[in-house]
Amino acid sequence: MKTKQRDKIIMTFLGWGVAFLVFFPILWMAITSFKSEIDAITPSLFFHPTLESYTTVNERVNYFGAVINSVVESVGATMVCLAFAVPAAYAMAFYPGRKTKDLLMWMMSTKMMPAVGVLVPIYVIFQQLGLLDTWTGIIAMFTMMNLPIVVWMLYSFFREVPKEILEASRMDGATPMQQMRLLLLPLSLPGVMSTALLSIILCWNEAFWSINLTSVKAAPLTQLIVSFSSPEGLFWSKLSAASLLAIAPILVFGWLTQRQLVRGLTFGAVK
Amino acid sequence: MATVTLKDVRKSYGAVNIIQGVDLAIKDREFVVFVGPSGCGKSTLLRMIAGLEEITSGDLMIDGAVVNDVPPDARGLAMVFQSYALYPHMSVADNMAFALRLAGVPKAERDAKVGSAAKILQLEKLLDRKPGQLSGGQRQRVAIGRAIVRQPKVFLFDEPLSNLDASLRVQMRIEIARLHSELNATMIYVTHDQIEAMTMADRIVVLRAGKIEQVGSPLELYHYPANTFVAGFIGSPKMNLTQATVRGSHAGGVDVQLPGGGVATIPVEPRNATAGAACTVGFRPETLAMAPEGPMGGKVAVVEHLGGETLVYVDVGDGHLVTVKASGSTSAKIGDVVRLAIDTVEARLFDAEGQAMEPMNRRAIAGLATAAQ
Repeated sequence: MKTKQRDKIIMTFLGWGVAFLVFFPILWMAITSFKSEIDAITPSLFFHPTLESYTTVNERVNYFGAVINSVVESVGATMVCLAFAVPAAYAMAFYPGRKTKDLLMWMMSTKMMPAVGVLVPIYVIFQQLGLLDTWTGIIAMFTMMNLPIVVWMLYSFFREVPKEILEASRMDGATPMQQMRLLLLPLSLPGVMSTALLSIILCWNEAFWSINLTSVKAAPLTQLIVSFSSPEGLFWSKLSAASLLAIAPILVFGWLTQRQLVRGLTFGAVK
Repeated sequence: MATVTLKDVRKSYGAVNIIQGVDLAIKDREFVVFVGPSGCGKSTLLRMIAGLEEITSGDLMIDGAVVNDVPPDARGLAMVFQSYALYPHMSVADNMAFALRLAGVPKAERDAKVGSAAKILQLEKLLDRKPGQLSGGQRQRVAIGRAIVRQPKVFLFDEPLSNLDASLRVQMRIEIARLHSELNATMIYVTHDQIEAMTMADRIVVLRAGKIEQVGSPLELYHYPANTFVAGFIGSPKMNLTQATVRGSHAGGVDVQLPGGGVATIPVEPRNATAGAACTVGFRPETLAMAPEGPMGGKVAVVEHLGGETLVYVDVGDGHLVTVKASGSTSAKIGDVVRLAIDTVEARLFDAEGQAMEPMNRRAIAGLATAAQ
């Protein structure tokens, strides 16, 4: 009994410790953003809090423009992605062929290649098609980037839906579109939602392509952070303020949807 | 009016033949049961009729029209699945109305049809519930209701009772039989349970390894099995299938030597039976009796008292047990040495390949015309 209690205390401390370790960079960034640039270079916890950095960031860049870009691009890409992935996953889950597994593996393998490997061809293609620094271009890029993982996730969620239910609906006269809209999506809604949330978060945090393929018009928040890093050397507190502003919306979004997200991600695994 | 005709219907996955040429004509309003051990292809055959599985070759006709390439919903069939396959996020009423809703039937008409189906199945009070809030038997009734609402030409049942407990199964069996007479519909029912087949079918189709072994009325199959497989599959307790040797044949039938030394004359057409050939004799347990003069003998190995009757298992040599249905008051005990008398008219003789030899004086089975294919 005693040892059990002690174990519990140790585990609790360990858990908090790990959580703190993970959370610390964000905390430090938040603290730094409220310091003046002079205070920012010293790791002290005692300083006069100031909103100076935030004011500067707001003056120098169009924060709300970037937020809108981020929202349009991540939500837009997620919607386009789902439009392709739902039918694909439906077909693979309910009408598998002999090569379906191989196809899924191949799709996943494209994620294993470093993105920088295709930067030049993609850049040139985008340039030729006039897609650089446009919503269309970034949405297309994000869609392609997330398609494998979204198809994979939807595939595994759809497989949880008993085949007989769709067969019964076929007997009732449901077309494939009706099967997806009236049965598959409502029945795997937690899974589809968490897939969509994950896709939005991945798009929001994506930096490589958005930095390389946008400059001003379509620049999302990640681009905004970068603009504070190099030219005049590092200004820690401004960079922190910009970063915090960039991650704030998705942090709030993640907080609000975490129950959904966790449920979706463990759906099936614990069943 | 709905007839279903299968002409040399086959199904194969690559080199594996699941259904190996099935010919069958199902009449209007007939209740046909496909029965067979698991893996015999009975469910696949049903799914092919339903349109859920492609037909590799052969013709499937509904009311005389070939429907091989007609999609499931356009075939005018409704299916009840083993797992019920209800739509879990819809109410009972929505489940039953789903097909009508897809077909664009106006709401008032939908409600009327659902209402009348619910009445037949006593589901009126449950219409607003979700499937998850129902018991197994209720879910089954909703699944049947969903089929009824569509007013199909043919009802297909894929082992609908196997998920229910024993007492509910008996009750649902009666309900489905009652429904069949009420709706006057053609029904095809798949089961592995020969009791369900015996009790509900107008005709039973016995399948094994993708082939039809025999088609006939329940009593026809019971009394005149075409081969040892059907003989062993239909009937509970099972027919005794005893290895024997042909001694000779004459106008009165075939003489066989039974284990235990006795000789019995089975009144069947001798066909190609030659002296010394191996054969199998089939006796139903109720056609055997313990009698001192019987041709077969052995030692009682097990006695099962069922109350009204007693099953006595007699070891006739080499551990081969013969089941005898005796009265509930029999005095047989384990270890008794007994002789068994045989009602030879009811005994069946099968050749070395397991095919039945035609009984002489085959009698008409009460009320049921022979429907052999």
